[in-house]
Amino acid sequence: MSTQPDLLYSEEEEALRSAVRDLLADHCDAPGVIARVESGAPHDLAAWKALADGMGLAGLLVPEDKGGQGATHREVAVVLEELGRAVAPVPYLTSAVVATEALLASDADDLLAELASGRRIGALAVSLSVAAGGPYKVVRHENGVLHGELTGVADAAVADVLLVPADDGGLYAVEADAATVVAQPTLDLTRPLATVRLDGAPGRLLGDAEPAVRRALRTAAGLLASEQLGLADWTLTETVRYLKERKQFNRPVGGFQALKHRLAQLWLEVASLRAAARNAADALTTGEDIDLAVAVAQAYAAPVAVHAAEEALQLHAGIGMTWEHPVHLYLKRAKADSIAYGTAGAHRAAVAELVDLQAP
Amino acid sequence: MTDAAELVRRTAELLAAHPPTRLPPPPSTEGPAGPSPLSATTDRLDFLRARFDAGLAWVHYPEGLGGLGAPRSLQAVVDAELEAAGAPDNDPRRIGIGLGMAAPTILKYGTEEQKQRYLRPLWTGEEVWCQLFSEPGAGSDLAALGTRAVREGEDWVVNGQKVWTSSAHVARWAILIARTDPDVPKHAGITYFLCDMTDPGVEVRPLRQITGEAEFNEVFLTDVRIPDSRRLGEIGDGWRVAQTTLNNERVAIGGMRLPREGGMIAPAAKTWRERPELRTHDLHQRLLKLWVESEVARLTAERLRQQLVAGQPGPEGAGMKLAFARLNQEISGLEVELRGEEGLLYDDWTMRRPELVDFVGRDAGYRYLRSKGNSIEGGTSEVLLNIVAERVLGLPSEPRTDKDVAWKDLAR
Repeated sequence: MSTQPDLLYSEEEEALRSAVRDLLADHCDAPGVIARVESGAPHDLAAWKALADGMGLAGLLVPEDKGGQGATHREVAVVLEELGRAVAPVPYLTSAVVATEALLASDADDLLAELASGRRIGALAVSLSVAAGGPYKVVRHENGVLHGELTGVADAAVADVLLVPADDGGLYAVEADAATVVAQPTLDLTRPLATVRLDGAPGRLLGDAEPAVRRALRTAAGLLASEQLGLADWTLTETVRYLKERKQFNRPVGGFQALKHRLAQLWLEVASLRAAARNAADALTTGEDIDLAVAVAQAYAAPVAVHAAEEALQLHAGIGMTWEHPVHLYLKRAKADSIAYGTAGAHRAAVAELVDLQAP
Repeated sequence: MTDAAELVRRTAELLAAHPPTRLPPPPSTEGPAGPSPLSATTDRLDFLRARFDAGLAWVHYPEGLGGLGAPRSLQAVVDAELEAAGAPDNDPRRIGIGLGMAAPTILKYGTEEQKQRYLRPLWTGEEVWCQLFSEPGAGSDLAALGTRAVREGEDWVVNGQKVWTSSAHVARWAILIARTDPDVPKHAGITYFLCDMTDPGVEVRPLRQITGEAEFNEVFLTDVRIPDSRRLGEIGDGWRVAQTTLNNERVAIGGMRLPREGGMIAPAAKTWRERPELRTHDLHQRLLKLWVESEVARLTAERLRQQLVAGQPGPEGAGMKLAFARLNQEISGLEVELRGEEGLLYDDWTMRRPELVDFVGRDAGYRYLRSKGNSIEGGTSEVLLNIVAERVLGLPSEPRTDKDVAWKDLAR
């Protein structure tokens, strides 16, 4: 290791955080999100427009000469922390990170600029469950058009353009209205999935699928840790707040040692996740040791976020089991995130390769 | 303001004026090279004293006390220059209690005379320090301690028993807390002293532990006379003074800077790589999980360090000690299991008196047994979880029955 990663937040990053948090407080309060997820339009496109277009956050990863903000993964990670804290149903990770990274590895500056402006939404047509390095489904490229069905594509329902890997090794841009996109019933209500069916859809070749998909999924896995950090941080903070208020046996239940120890343990896990997530974001920014930083962050983040959400539910007890209380949104997102872009086990297997701890 | 360039200059001056005898030979016999060993005239101790007097011992300490009032983060600049020059160090692991616990407390609460008298030989290692805090009846509830100090003229006469004292058998001095007023609630009746370990009333006995050796001691204090000039802080204020010591202890235990795959995971990973015949799928999954957790703990400690340097001290210190205690125990336990039949053996039960804990010089079985102490020494994990819950998360404290009761009336 030549230099130590910068694991703190800069003043600018903290300013960005508070701007995003303020915006989400106005747009994405918990009752609003709960009401929305059962409507026909689970995505909050007004919040998306304010974030992407209004604040210019869709173009953070895109260089200024290509129509973006020329920021880094460190800033994107801060945005994702806040989106996780609000379980915001917006296609930020999928469009401004995953599709954008795929386009950065391709030859499609016009599309890149459109996504960066936030006026169009892109989605990489690869199942949310695929890990960087894992196998993914492709469609058939035949006589200049595309045929096939892909499942588990996150935020495809609101995408304007789909980035589709095909069996000839190419990555194709397909306009959403040339595809049949059907919403799937999902565990996580705030990041909907859809199937994408192509029946002779025209596609524009962007470049090789392999490097674009690998790059997109690796970045996604690394930055997902920051979203998981935001989820875990909210569940811990909210649970601590509630247990100071909630009284049983003539005492605040947060004063019982059995519960205090569980919350202290959770605090330690969240503090540790913060270091791992910052390390991944910093590695993606500097280009140093990316693979290991991402694999470590994801191997650690998923169990912590799930643990935090599960503890939040149990410690809220009855009220946490209701549809009305938002903790279920966090539990569902945390559990889905533990599969998204590869399970902790898949990332541990990557660690084994990277540090030479081979399987039997 | 002392900056890095100024410290480099001062370090070069020190080396020129006091060329230490352990300087390596110049890299080449041709041309002008570094200082020649022939010109090296300063022995180790004289060099360390000169370094202290130059303010380069701990640069964040005040001038005249081994420092320059510089930012703590700049110490690394001095250390790097001296290491590159091959200069001897003060063997900080051997005198960790003095450096990490006694010194910051003396600096904060000591009189000018006390600081002048104790800090220099403490830092050079001429005088080793130990800590007389824990007692058989006062572990987690340290404030319940019963060692009595009674005023007689200009002296205090101390009687009692301390336990789990590392380095007591080599120490010249001890930091000691004792009860000076049994008629007030327990936290209010404690006073902090600097105790001469050569006093005839001090008896040190080895305390054999589950590893077979005796790193620690029991210390019996019988009519030990301590002049009032060796009291640190006000009478009855010892509990507050001791907080400085204990907070620094946790930073010292939890705040070690490790390289990737440093610490307890290193021997386990090495065994895994070198002994493919021992591998199983179950052990593989568990090892990978612990490897990842070790790396995250390392990053968390590094983040804590960066926060301190940036002047944003975080409460993660107690958390790091919790994390490392658990990891050390789980990893060493896994390593014993990994070794299979060899895991049934133990390298050596001979009663010895090591000055330092050597986790890597011995077998996995030793590491497994010794690391059991990691969740007890310096604050049990249970107490640390309370500290995190109450001080970091702001959760209510346990109902207390001991706060308003005179110490002499407490249940024991």
